[in-house]
Amino acid sequence: MTSAAATRLPRRRRPGWVDSFLLAVRIAAIVLLIWGIAGTVVKGINGEGPTGEAWRDLVVAGIAQGAMYGLIALGYSMVYGVLGFINFAHGEVFMSGGMVGFFVANYLWDIRFWDTNFVLSILLVLASSILASTLVAVIVERVAYRPLRDAPRLIPLITSIGISFFLQYTFAGLFGVAVKNYPPPPDYLRARIGFLDLEIEGTKLAVIVVAVVTMVALYLFVEKTRTGRSIRAVAEDKEIAALMGINVDRTIVATFAVGGAMAGVAGTLWALLFRGVSFITGFLPGIKAFTAAVLGGIGNLGGAMAGGVLLGLFEGVGPQLVLAGFGIPGVSQLKDVVAFTALVLVLIFKPSGLFGERLAAEDRA
Amino acid sequence: MRRVGLVSLCLFLVAVGCGEDQMQAGPDDPPSATSAVDPVENGGAAPEGSEFVPGPLGAVEVAPGEEIQIRSVNSITGDVASLGTPNQRGVELALDDYGPVAGRAVSMGTPLDDLCSPDGGQAAAQTVVADPAVVGVIGTTCSAAAVAAAPLISNAGMVMIAPSNTSPALTSDLAGTQGSAYQPGYYRTSHNDLFQGRAVALFVRNHLGFERAAAIHDGDPYTQGLTEAFRAAFEELGGEITTFTAVNKGDTDMIAVLTEVAAGGPQALFFPIFMPEGGFIVQQVGGVAGLEDATLIVSAALLVDNFMELSESEGVYISGPDLRFGSNRNSITGRTAEGLLAEYVASYGEEPSGGYWGHAYDATVMLLSAIDRVAVEVEGTLYIDRMALRNEMDRSSLDGIIGPISCDEYGDCGSQRITVLYNTDPRNIEIGKNNVVFDFAP
Repeated sequence: MTSAAATRLPRRRRPGWVDSFLLAVRIAAIVLLIWGIAGTVVKGINGEGPTGEAWRDLVVAGIAQGAMYGLIALGYSMVYGVLGFINFAHGEVFMSGGMVGFFVANYLWDIRFWDTNFVLSILLVLASSILASTLVAVIVERVAYRPLRDAPRLIPLITSIGISFFLQYTFAGLFGVAVKNYPPPPDYLRARIGFLDLEIEGTKLAVIVVAVVTMVALYLFVEKTRTGRSIRAVAEDKEIAALMGINVDRTIVATFAVGGAMAGVAGTLWALLFRGVSFITGFLPGIKAFTAAVLGGIGNLGGAMAGGVLLGLFEGVGPQLVLAGFGIPGVSQLKDVVAFTALVLVLIFKPSGLFGERLAAEDRA
Repeated sequence: MRRVGLVSLCLFLVAVGCGEDQMQAGPDDPPSATSAVDPVENGGAAPEGSEFVPGPLGAVEVAPGEEIQIRSVNSITGDVASLGTPNQRGVELALDDYGPVAGRAVSMGTPLDDLCSPDGGQAAAQTVVADPAVVGVIGTTCSAAAVAAAPLISNAGMVMIAPSNTSPALTSDLAGTQGSAYQPGYYRTSHNDLFQGRAVALFVRNHLGFERAAAIHDGDPYTQGLTEAFRAAFEELGGEITTFTAVNKGDTDMIAVLTEVAAGGPQALFFPIFMPEGGFIVQQVGGVAGLEDATLIVSAALLVDNFMELSESEGVYISGPDLRFGSNRNSITGRTAEGLLAEYVASYGEEPSGGYWGHAYDATVMLLSAIDRVAVEVEGTLYIDRMALRNEMDRSSLDGIIGPISCDEYGDCGSQRITVLYNTDPRNIEIGKNNVVFDFAP
């Protein structure tokens, strides 16, 4: 909290060595970035490195993966906006959707319905995935977080880590630890589809389109519906919202449910992209989605989606674009390094994230 | 004061150490008409009236009525269970077939899991060595686990016979140089990947006629050793390795690595990695420009049902040990390869999901027969000298389910025949498992 005196007498602090160091880091980061990209461009001019089509594939794959991170990130961001804590179990909410979707998909494959009626099949899988994720999110809220509503912020945070492990190993115990492979999507979806003069793989295009539609639907829900208004009001100030006649508990449940539904959609998209799910599937995407939420400015829905897409792009394109320029071998192994370095760099330049401005939760934390 | 304490502690530990030695089997043991003078030299066959003397590694003492203890350490959970479970079953079948050793029943104890990882291998090995009654171990499934497990098992004086480790680091470079992870007392019935690397290189360069190939490993000693062996052999044959790179275990998005590979324009891609990463590669490779027509080659780590059943694995070549056992017969138990497979199916209700069950069976028979030859009974107590057992393993020679078995100086004992299979029908993978398109014998 800023004291009244300090507010009245704003004094300009003389830059210390830490500021100089941070400035040097920023300059070094920009120089290294330009150097790496220049190296890659020179390689490209010499006919080495990925072709134009390969760059297109990297960008598309990055956006598709990023859109999925974005969808998961929405759940982190909404819960943070409303309750002011990070729900680390959200990755497992996503995994539950993917896992339940697998059993439905596998059944439809066994009865040969998947082959003959793919669109209806994937809608059924999507519905079951959304249902499972929403249910898990709501149950976790009711059982684990509601009793801790008035506890210090750290308590639900630690609880969420516990819930995360609980869910992982519950699924491992119930369904085994092996990766479960979804049946393959039909050939027309796996083929390349012409889109704006670009030949894009059908599944990736589908993933991007579904993510955009879901995002728009969420925006309309939050902005235009009564429940959406309640969520925004509770995010602004729980006590005042309660005084205005909003049922805070119900609104919080709605927040978890909507976040869970988004994760359920992401679960099905994951299945379309990678086909394999296991009990540990939620862990890394969960961490990445949290990163995306922070990158975009946590608490901001548009920021979460943009952060997700950017993070997907960073890790998809970054290794080839920047690291390959330095002649580092096996660059694609370093994609996580690139993703998290990008996060650090963004936070060095803009500590509140790309779109983070005001956060009611921050004041309360 | 502290120094005095340390000296006392050392003296105490030395005293305890001596005590343990004597407890296992010491020179003070009563003489016996059937005991050996020096089991290390005599392999258990002793002149009459002489006294049992344990070798430098001590001896296991099996009291009257007790069982001989061996252990199975294999990958029996997770995605690699397809490979490790048949290994464990091979051990069980061999124990049943062999029957008592030196008049004693043999127990495998609770099956242990190597998790196909260094930490899993180490944890399992710690459990094994904590029990001084254990004579030897059949395992591990994965080379990565073996690299961590072998030092512990070797230091405990035990022997370890691996049915499916193939990393050259665990034995030798086949030219007389000890591998970086070799440990005394380590043996394997599986092949050395220097042969497999050479076989795949010959297949790609000469059989398919390709000049450019890429290779992907996952940092594991097995996958890295095999891809390096392939690279060396392929370049020696005049081929060009366009990209030599790696994925991380746990990666799901393979587009980035495949794009990196596509940049070199390879005609073939060799990725001898495990599930699930290997599955993700075949599923995603079709979407990467420049790799649509690349020929895909994997190794026996993916000669498992859950990979071969993926629809995208149609048309993938799989290198691995020659599993055409034909009329092979284990010369000690008399079991034929066909009979063993039938027994496997009858006992477990399914075909083996991985390729090394025969190797595990032979490894177990090899261990049991070596124990049989060195075990010495003194007044009802059975002594198994650890050094004598190693010497006996070195001398082992038998015809196994997998073919002739005899060990070189660094523990490579198996038949080194390699085949390349072609998976034609993911809905009926038994066709692919028998569809040999190339074979290699050193």
